Amino acid sequence: MGNTVGIVGYGAYIPPYRIKVEEIAKVWNKDPEQIKRGLDIEEKSVPSLDEDTITISVEAARNAVYHAGVDAREIEAIFAGSESHPYAVKPTAVVVGEAIGGTVNSTAADTEFACKAGTVAVQMCMGMVKSRMIKYGLAIGADTSQSMPGDALEFTASAGGAAFIIGRDNMVAEIEDTYSFTTDTADFWRRNLHEFPRHGARFTGEPAYFKHVISAARGLFSKTGRSAGYFDYAVFHQPNGKFPVKAAKDLGIPVEKLRQGMLVGKLGNTYSGASMLGLASVLDVAKAGERILVVSYGSGAGSDAFSIKVLHDIEKKRDRIIPVKNYLDRKFYIDYATYARHMGKLKVVS
Amino acid sequence: MENITPFTWRRLKNRYNLVGKKCTNCSSVFFSPRMICSYCNPPMETTDFKFSGNGEVVSYSLVNVPPEEHSALAPYVIAIIKLKEGAKLTAQIVDCNEKDVRIGMPVEAIFRKITEDSTGLISYGFKFRPLLNGKN
Amino acid sequence: MRHVAVVGYGLSKFGERWEAGLKELVSEASVAAINNSGVEPKQIQCLFTGSMSSGRFANQEHLGALVADQLGMTPIPSVRVEAACASGGVAVRQAYLSLASGAYDLALVVGVEKMTDVHIGQATTTLGTAGDYEWEVFHGATFPALYAMMAKRHMHDFGTKEEQMAMVSVKNHSNGSKNKFAQFQNQITVDAVLNSSVVASPLKLLDCSPITDGAAAIVLASENLARKITDAPVWIAGSAQASDTLALHDRDSLTSLKATRVAAENACKQANVKLSEIKVAEVHDCFSIAEILAMEDLGFFNKGYGGKAVEEGETQLNSKVSINTSGGLKACGHPVGATGVKQIVELAMQLRNEAGARQVSNVDVGLAHNVGGSGATAVVHILRR
Repeated sequence: MGNTVGIVGYGAYIPPYRIKVEEIAKVWNKDPEQIKRGLDIEEKSVPSLDEDTITISVEAARNAVYHAGVDAREIEAIFAGSESHPYAVKPTAVVVGEAIGGTVNSTAADTEFACKAGTVAVQMCMGMVKSRMIKYGLAIGADTSQSMPGDALEFTASAGGAAFIIGRDNMVAEIEDTYSFTTDTADFWRRNLHEFPRHGARFTGEPAYFKHVISAARGLFSKTGRSAGYFDYAVFHQPNGKFPVKAAKDLGIPVEKLRQGMLVGKLGNTYSGASMLGLASVLDVAKAGERILVVSYGSGAGSDAFSIKVLHDIEKKRDRIIPVKNYLDRKFYIDYATYARHMGKLKVVS
Repeated sequence: MENITPFTWRRLKNRYNLVGKKCTNCSSVFFSPRMICSYCNPPMETTDFKFSGNGEVVSYSLVNVPPEEHSALAPYVIAIIKLKEGAKLTAQIVDCNEKDVRIGMPVEAIFRKITEDSTGLISYGFKFRPLLNGKN
Repeated sequence: MRHVAVVGYGLSKFGERWEAGLKELVSEASVAAINNSGVEPKQIQCLFTGSMSSGRFANQEHLGALVADQLGMTPIPSVRVEAACASGGVAVRQAYLSLASGAYDLALVVGVEKMTDVHIGQATTTLGTAGDYEWEVFHGATFPALYAMMAKRHMHDFGTKEEQMAMVSVKNHSNGSKNKFAQFQNQITVDAVLNSSVVASPLKLLDCSPITDGAAAIVLASENLARKITDAPVWIAGSAQASDTLALHDRDSLTSLKATRVAAENACKQANVKLSEIKVAEVHDCFSIAEILAMEDLGFFNKGYGGKAVEEGETQLNSKVSINTSGGLKACGHPVGATGVKQIVELAMQLRNEAGARQVSNVDVGLAHNVGGSGATAVVHILRR
């Protein structure tokens, strides 16, 4: 057997509201068709007024525990990754721990690394499981990303999250290896007390997303001795519908392999939830023996690449999966005014 | 109330995980926790009991004039829900319109923000939505 | 137990009384009651004050002391009684018991609430504390929402219609227009009620009692003293109080208030009176549906038939039973702690033939019904001349 580690269970959550590109475009006098073509996105998710990164993380985590079929009290580490934690001080992870009926005999913390905060949490759990410090770890990536009114990101920044229970027993998929590529690159950032992030526009492409995603994928191939052809599915971080397609092309991955894990068109960019929700969507249908490449990207910047092999036991728990589709297909459309109210963009100016 | 820390913390497991009480003697269940059974004579102690979160609507109303702490969310649907195990509680029904709610409708418990105090401390807890996953 | 009678009564004007604080309201009603009784202030031996939440509404607790002080009646004992919206009725009962037991011979009871110094949001939260704060209000239930859920269930179980609930408000405004102390002197129509803004569906603004400042006071005397003070004592023939679960969701039923049923049964038994003898009643119409529930729970009409009875006019002035001749909580106003005492004042006026245009003919017995919260407390008094 060896010292394997993998995914014991997973869960997802997407809030119920959606706003279409047309709704946002008309407020700013932009051409919606141009936006849709340019970003390959139709609509994005919007959280309810009583939802936040914590509530999203809780539901995803509860679904993960249910799917995994483990006793939550055996989860000894919880790491919650987001760039929209409700508190600057008081971790999302502890609320999740309480809400899943977890144990006081555990460690917990929040992580931040823009959109890859969740996959970093996965790596942390992997380390603690492999070193036999813990039996199960829970890694969450969730966001209710904020965007400046009128900015291009307003068309894509959305809300959602996924949770993965990492362990060495009762796995549904093995994480064969992981490789990360990290530099100091300011493509997208937000100062501490500032409300909205800023970004480098076109600078977020080549020197940022592509450099790190491609390097991480290639680094993983090199480390594992595998190539792109090894994988049946590929999930990339998806800030829009175009970037992952280009990354796949650059790596020689046929675009069909992206399809199952590409949710951005109807979901938007769920930031820390993005690649993890993409992975969840793939696992919802993947069969034993199939292999999944996951490459996340977090501005600042870095990418985490994972080589995942689906195990036979995924069928044992198939009926306990609450598929991403359940949440993706459940939607209520809202207009821009309602959206602005939900995202706290309406302020009193005195 | 300005600082509700101990008040909200005290009921955390009740609000997060629908933990109520069950009589150690007659097996009656109560959602709003009470230390002794309402029915047994002499008074018998109760013990923690976790509800599944499944229930049905007993009655409901769309609240247009909220209490201060809930003004951000108004209008919202408030309801009395009978949990599968027998006890009833009061909670908001979300993720649907008032016109979609009916007496007898099956609902499931979810985790949402309830309120926030003036220091920014958020109280989370149960709300209900029309059956979506039905896994309990 | 000795017999006790109402020997004097008084009211402040009910409404938005910007110029009057707690002290002015208390004085207005109490002085009127003392003058009406003809007793000398220093003869009063004990004071009972009913008020739900003077602390949250007016930043003032220790009302017992405030009243004794304002009326120049120190050092007699004075206590505030609280039972949410039944504070007034329960204060009356506590005074009654003090006299009936023989401990005292002459008491003043004043009910008061000063509600307009706070913003509506605060008032809504405060009124909500009549329910279970941590399990009802904290989760977003307001007082109107609780009664709204009772209404919805009553409509579901018995076919009660919004129009029938509206007719309760219309009737009460019609009565209130004949009451110079009432907050609202205008008549309204069913359409006006149905078109008023929704507070908590299906209850609309005109289904709900208003926010009101006001006070009401009565002088109570034990039997021998009562006959010396007045030749028209109004006897408290029955007094009973009952409790039920604090939270509406813990009740056996959403469409019937057990506390009302128990209190009414006990009061009638003590008074040795049948419901059919009672021709005038002041019932707790905090919301229009509450009057329909009261009509049924008190026993005037069968469960489920309240709505129809209102529609058929069976509770109008001088019909089968004249309900809420004062205008009820809806039109007279609902200064929370004052209401229960005001109900006794109205019955006393009726039984002394002093109700003017609101007078019910040939009336000997009256019933007052005061409820706390969504039914966790109910107090019923039966008065007889």
